[in-house]
Amino acid sequence: MAETRHAHPPYLLIWLYLFVLTVAEIALAFELPFSRNVKLILLLLLALWKAFLVAMFFMHLKFEKWNLRLIAIVPLPLALILVLAVITEHVW
Amino acid sequence: MAHATATVDVMRPPAPAERGVDVYNLKLGMWVFLASEVMFFTALIGSYIVLRFGASPNPWAQPGKVLSIQITAFNTFLLICSSVSMVKAYASIADGNVKLMKVWLLVTILCGATFVGIQVYEYTHLIHHGFQPSGYREGSELAELAAANPVPYGAATAGLYGSTFFTMTGFHGFHVTCGVISMTYVFIRALRGKYSQQDHRGIEVIGLYWHFVDLVWIILFTIVYLI
Repeated sequence: MAETRHAHPPYLLIWLYLFVLTVAEIALAFELPFSRNVKLILLLLLALWKAFLVAMFFMHLKFEKWNLRLIAIVPLPLALILVLAVITEHVW
Repeated sequence: MAHATATVDVMRPPAPAERGVDVYNLKLGMWVFLASEVMFFTALIGSYIVLRFGASPNPWAQPGKVLSIQITAFNTFLLICSSVSMVKAYASIADGNVKLMKVWLLVTILCGATFVGIQVYEYTHLIHHGFQPSGYREGSELAELAAANPVPYGAATAGLYGSTFFTMTGFHGFHVTCGVISMTYVFIRALRGKYSQQDHRGIEVIGLYWHFVDLVWIILFTIVYLI
């Protein structure tokens, strides 16, 4: 018997989320009455949120087993280590 | 006749063959490749972060001064739409609707090709105005603007700006181009009836690659154009 498939996630709703988040990002790029650092953190959070939505729903990580999710997760700390290691070049 | 339907589901092969991760080889291979791609783009984005926020005391060009946010925002929108159309193609074939899958695949290819076209237009426009991988071209419009307003145009860091911008967006554009070519191949196979509700591995695997390229652009758009 073929496997029972999960119902498709609401793709158009995810698209709407991504659209709204992109509009929010572009609005943040304009001159706003708060500091550049706050703007920077907000922009990065929005970008990570969007990336998370794409990975979870479009790449179906939400519906995969943990052993496959691990393949996607493992490079992330490695990426962080790489960037931190390179940053020491100018800190020291 | 219900009792005559195929009992083998190649989308999830029998346990002994795929005991470890419980996915088919193509998909596992694509995920491992994407993991390596994360490290590839980290090298590019990481160098950009270090060069921009650490190595130089001089500010870089402010957002919107050299690069056009409007045109790239449209491109971002286009790539997000193409990701939705790709996932709709997958959902269609998973539901057994081959015709709809072909339509969504075609929409995805068109969106991807338009993205590359707009990026080529952006590059020619930037180079015409004097923004090159080596910085602002001597005697160009941008070089004059940078000489008059050195801080907003980041006159002292134009070389780093140009080289990191063209390297990161260029490699991303190359990935999109490869995606469009691969998807055209998948589309031709779809036209020949190679995918069905029981076996649509090619659609899922090219979809994973396409969504990853979209995901990278989401990060690039924010850190290159908006910050």
